[in-house]
Amino acid sequence: MAIIDPRHAAKQLIYERIFRSATLTAAILVLLILGGVAVSLARGAWPALDHFGFAFVSREIWNPVTDQFGALAPIYGTVVTSAIAMLLAVPAGFGIALFLTELCPPLLKRPIGVAVELLAAVPSIIFGIWGLFVLAPVLQRHVQPWLIENIGHAPLIGSLFRGPPYGIGILTAGVVLAIMVLPFIAATMRDVFDTVPAMLKESGYGLGATTWEVMWNVVVPHSRVGIVGGIMLGLGRALGETMAVTFVIGNAHRISSSLLAPGTTISSAIANEFTEAVGDLYTSSLIALGLLLFLITFTVIAAAQAMLRRLERRGVAGI
Amino acid sequence: MQLVNATKRLLIMAAGLGLTLSAAAADISGAGATFPYPIYAKWADAYKTLTGIGLNYQSIGSGGGIKQIKAKTVTFGASDMPLKPDDLKAAGLLQFPMIIGGVVPVVNVKGIAGGQLHLDGATVAGIYMGDITQWNDPKIKSLNPKLSLPSTAIAPVYRSDGSGTNFLFSDYLSKVSPKFLSTIGANTSVQWPIGIGAKGNEGVANMTTQTDGAIGYVEYAYAKQNKMAYVLLTNKAGGVVAPSSDSFQAAAANADWAKSDSYYLILTDQAGAKSWPITGASFILVYKQPGDAAAVNEALKFFAWAYKDGATMAAALDYVPLPAPLIAQVKKTWTSEITSGGHPVWSGQ
Repeated sequence: MAIIDPRHAAKQLIYERIFRSATLTAAILVLLILGGVAVSLARGAWPALDHFGFAFVSREIWNPVTDQFGALAPIYGTVVTSAIAMLLAVPAGFGIALFLTELCPPLLKRPIGVAVELLAAVPSIIFGIWGLFVLAPVLQRHVQPWLIENIGHAPLIGSLFRGPPYGIGILTAGVVLAIMVLPFIAATMRDVFDTVPAMLKESGYGLGATTWEVMWNVVVPHSRVGIVGGIMLGLGRALGETMAVTFVIGNAHRISSSLLAPGTTISSAIANEFTEAVGDLYTSSLIALGLLLFLITFTVIAAAQAMLRRLERRGVAGI
Repeated sequence: MQLVNATKRLLIMAAGLGLTLSAAAADISGAGATFPYPIYAKWADAYKTLTGIGLNYQSIGSGGGIKQIKAKTVTFGASDMPLKPDDLKAAGLLQFPMIIGGVVPVVNVKGIAGGQLHLDGATVAGIYMGDITQWNDPKIKSLNPKLSLPSTAIAPVYRSDGSGTNFLFSDYLSKVSPKFLSTIGANTSVQWPIGIGAKGNEGVANMTTQTDGAIGYVEYAYAKQNKMAYVLLTNKAGGVVAPSSDSFQAAAANADWAKSDSYYLILTDQAGAKSWPITGASFILVYKQPGDAAAVNEALKFFAWAYKDGATMAAALDYVPLPAPLIAQVKKTWTSEITSGGHPVWSGQ
């Protein structure tokens, strides 16, 4: 029976307090930085928002010559390229994670896992250059002509694949983004799949379930919070990605029905124009674009949180 | 308002700090246009070996350069677009041309090599407004009766990032086409009704090379070094000219600098049978009554050296030095207009 030394206890208490206030300061610092960013963005954006009002988000025009600015085209481009990226990357990421955790021979598990992580470490400018010099010509010569020929005439979705095959455009940007966010989604999903207790899975197999049935009925329900988290991480990166998109999207402030046409995103418009923007309204409009991206990202994260909470509640009810 | 004032005070403090730091290091500090950056860097390197004085030039873009010199964080600013005389007066700034460059339309049409295709300003404007959509359009054919032109669709490629190149190109088209002026206009970024935007000269060059039927516009050095199929243009005097150092210098020499107010002169569409119509100068901005006269004197000494000894280096990088009479005029302006306590700041001649 050791008796606690009172002096030692007092010391411990001081350490405890210092530790607590240090972590508290760090946590508050995050809030302050976030608040500071929001406030300075709002202040910089105010002249443009005040001048154009709601029209700033509802108009497609972007004309530095006449000082008329509207953000609809960049908003559209940001949302559509991210949607294409998620459409391609989520199923692929799910497949990679499933293969790695359930089906992969142990010998291949590490090399593939490391490769996925390395892909996440490639700087975005590399993806941009690769997209422009390697992917775009391939899409232009082989993929896009086929899409125009075979799907371009179809009803409803046909209009998405019309116009000349430029190689770069909304679709190419979506594909490059998909490749960029894939490792994030795959790695997160693999990690959460790995946390599923082996006993649960073995029970499933013991009952005669196939791999797919175990995956869909045991692993996915157990790790859906992590899956949503991984998807949101990828979506967050896709929405804000700047350099790679700037290279391959075609940078036109226009909204076209075709996915093959050039477009623009919020972050690529800022990257393109901020250095040479002269005039208060022009600069302010670009900052207002930044504010919009901030709001879009914030909305996405809030929606993800709400969805997670609902999933968790349902999860508890299910058990 | 208070916040704005506080920001201004902070900026001025930062500016003061910047000046003291640069003075301590005895380096010349400048910021601005990206277009002349390669030659400024090369000059700086040679000048440093010669005198021991370095140049710290941040190529952050003309807009950034103007902001920085107005905030007094640098000794000189650099801009590809000249500031209007009123703006200069309001800020107490002086501007002068430093180096000349040209913008060259390039094409990728099967069977057409560099220097074969001939266009005029109105046709180029028509292409970039979407009025002329095929290479065998009668307007292009009538300018090139001997060429066999395909029916390929024209794919216009433009610079997506704000740049002096965009400004020169759109300014030229605005001067030769009233419709272009009224629907698009001239600026470092404009709203193109059609076509695809590529980032930087390298992006435009690459996009044009990749796309069959494309037309783009790049700085002369890019067109020359990448051996792109450049276009001949009709100039104001009706002459058909090819892009070259000579035709850029002809445009600069034919411009009436002596009569210009504060060197506010855009070299596009100049008179003279040999003038290349899309020529432009890159400008330097300094304060007329500088806070740190010694730093401005160092900067002017560097510019004077570059005018005199930097011409061959400029030519090696495919930039065009200023014509001699213009250099003499600029130096006269330095002596008469940049003063400190009533005396000229520049100690050279």
